[in-house]
Amino acid sequence: MWEYSEKVQEHFFSPRNAGAVADANATGDVGSLSCGDALRLTLKVDPETEVILEAGFQTFGCGSAIASSSALTEIIKGKTLDEALKVTNQDIADYLDGLPPEKMHCSVMGREALQAAVANYRGEEWKDDHEEGALVCKCFAVDSVLIEETIRSNKLTTVEEVVNYTKAGGGCSACHEGIEEILAGVLAESGQTFAPSAKSVAVAMPTPPAKMTNLQRMHRIETVLESIRPTLQRDHGDVELVDIDGKNVYVDMKGACAGCQMASVTLEGIQERIIDELGEFVRVLPSQAMPRAERAYG
Amino acid sequence: MSTDTGIQGIYFDNNATTMVDPEVVEAMLPFFTEQFGNPSSMHLFGNKVGLAIKKARAQVQELLGAEHDSEIVFTSCGTESDSTAILSALKAQPDRKEIITTVVEHPAVLALCEHLEKEGYKVHYLEVDGKGRLDLDVYRGLLTDQVAIVSVMWANNETGTLFPVLEMAEMAREAGVLFHTDAVQAVGKVPIDLKSSAIDMLSLSGHKLHAPKGIGVLYLRRNTRFRPLLRGGHQERGRRAGTENTASIVALGKACELAMEHMRHEQTIVRQLRDRLEQGILEAVPYSFVTGDPDNRLPNTANIAFEYIEGEAILLLLNKLGIAASSGSACTSGSLEPSHVMRAMGIPYTAAHGTTRFSLSRYNTMAEVERVIQAVPPIVAQLRKLSPYWSGQGPVEEPEKAFAPAYA
Ligand SMILES: Cc1ncc(COP(=O)(O)O)c(C=O)c1O
Ligand code: FES
Repeated sequence: MWEYSEKVQEHFFSPRNAGAVADANATGDVGSLSCGDALRLTLKVDPETEVILEAGFQTFGCGSAIASSSALTEIIKGKTLDEALKVTNQDIADYLDGLPPEKMHCSVMGREALQAAVANYRGEEWKDDHEEGALVCKCFAVDSVLIEETIRSNKLTTVEEVVNYTKAGGGCSACHEGIEEILAGVLAESGQTFAPSAKSVAVAMPTPPAKMTNLQRMHRIETVLESIRPTLQRDHGDVELVDIDGKNVYVDMKGACAGCQMASVTLEGIQERIIDELGEFVRVLPSQAMPRAERAYG
Repeated sequence: MSTDTGIQGIYFDNNATTMVDPEVVEAMLPFFTEQFGNPSSMHLFGNKVGLAIKKARAQVQELLGAEHDSEIVFTSCGTESDSTAILSALKAQPDRKEIITTVVEHPAVLALCEHLEKEGYKVHYLEVDGKGRLDLDVYRGLLTDQVAIVSVMWANNETGTLFPVLEMAEMAREAGVLFHTDAVQAVGKVPIDLKSSAIDMLSLSGHKLHAPKGIGVLYLRRNTRFRPLLRGGHQERGRRAGTENTASIVALGKACELAMEHMRHEQTIVRQLRDRLEQGILEAVPYSFVTGDPDNRLPNTANIAFEYIEGEAILLLLNKLGIAASSGSACTSGSLEPSHVMRAMGIPYTAAHGTTRFSLSRYNTMAEVERVIQAVPPIVAQLRKLSPYWSGQGPVEEPEKAFAPAYA
């Protein structure tokens, strides 16, 4: 059975704001046809201030769908509509101390119901632009639709490229067969055939670098890290350079990034960016991976 | 997920797996320590083990009603037996490129067939009606000399519905086509007599009949053309290489002997428990119904659809009360689709997601059944209160219209 956090369980067993708000003036109905979950969100909005006074939900769905709906209503009560619209599905998942990757779509549904309700209040038509496919990569929660679209729009032909563009397949590699199948399918659309190579999938190395001084090299690495930080900070995390030792770059992942499953994405992402920038191979490692003696004395 | 219920749990999930019978545990334990020898060895450490395996083979033979004990091939699980059977038929008859199976098979067969389609084989999936039954005329029409093997399950793991495999095997034999049945759910629950049947191959799995996990059997009728999945040593007469899992083989033998002894109990007492459970729940819960074919199914299985709510939520609430069951909902499987079995029977989404399977065993009691009958109605009511399809005492009027969400 799923590994649900205490918080998810608590919101499932005693959901907050269950049921329809009696004199609601905004309603959002959304569903995910593929998984059968459906959600109705009703809001009572103060017409003067646009503050959400009351929020209620009705959910036809699993444990995490109910918990996500409950969390959403708690988060948005007291916010203005504009503030509420800024709530991301990651915020909902964070509020619940995380959801299993297979269940992230439940939090997406919550956010969409909110958008639909706000559109309803403002007399607009809400159209969903997000299509969801079957989950392919469990390590990084990437679905088939995203992989397909990325392959199509970037004309990808190898599993390595799919890893680089989507992260799917960049962890345990168990999903590579599935990725190969999607590649074969998309390539077939344009009359191409997928040509797998026997060698294992590895990030291709760029051409050899022009010589750089150590100081130049360090600056470049710092620049890359600086450019990445805003993205991480947006997800309530951060990264800090700890040491550079030859090909090993040690960093500290902070906040929401620390210890989270996505840390390796970010580490890998950072590594790729540095490799691109320097034109040489480096390994980006968490500072915990520094050799013991150095940590003790250095 | 864990719960701290403090109550003794009620295990109604025996189609998923079963408790190993204490007598079975007792029978297998010496084979880890005192009787650890390799049955192939030429010394007395191995000799006794060889004899124990021989006995186990005879016990399995007895339960299956097989003509010869050499028709019993021990494997590592039901899935391996299924794969071995289907792949063997294809390899032994390279000119035949078609397979007949059904849309409601276990993934052990379905996923393999889907994979074989990618390799160029043609797979015919027999469809089922609203009660999960096959159309034998359609089947007859597909039996040509292009078909390498028919693989049809004896009993469905979700609904317990029984397929007429004896009749289908006869039809296959007449057409000169090999017949395999995945009897993982049937063995030990319904009487089987293979020697009087036309079944060529049959799969069973130990952990569904109170033996441990990781042991299975492929029954292989004498003179059936066969190609092994694993080649190597001479174990199992070269039909399944790899040093024998002796402790588990002994355990499975014992479990088969016990299943034989309890067959009547399964057919009478367990059936009564199931019938009472079903009747009690259906009486107390409006908008619920039995899925599959109630007149023709395993004695231990009740699969009930609770409309307008979702199965995983039901399971979590049951689990809180220490009651274990399963669901056909998408959310319990990790896939986004509700059970392929429910979809194949045309059960609407709003019900398919709420299907809950209660599967009993000889360890269950009437007291447990009554407790579950008490527990279910409030759980269903609680979840319906949250459902957008529900209002007060019944579904909203024209539920599909009153609540028509924008679908992502
Ligand atoms: C009908 C059926 N076939 C095959 C299997 C797979 O058996 P095993 O788990 O031993 O591989 C199962 C078990 O879930 C089953 O119910
Ligand atoms: S599942 Fe995709 S890398 Fe692990």
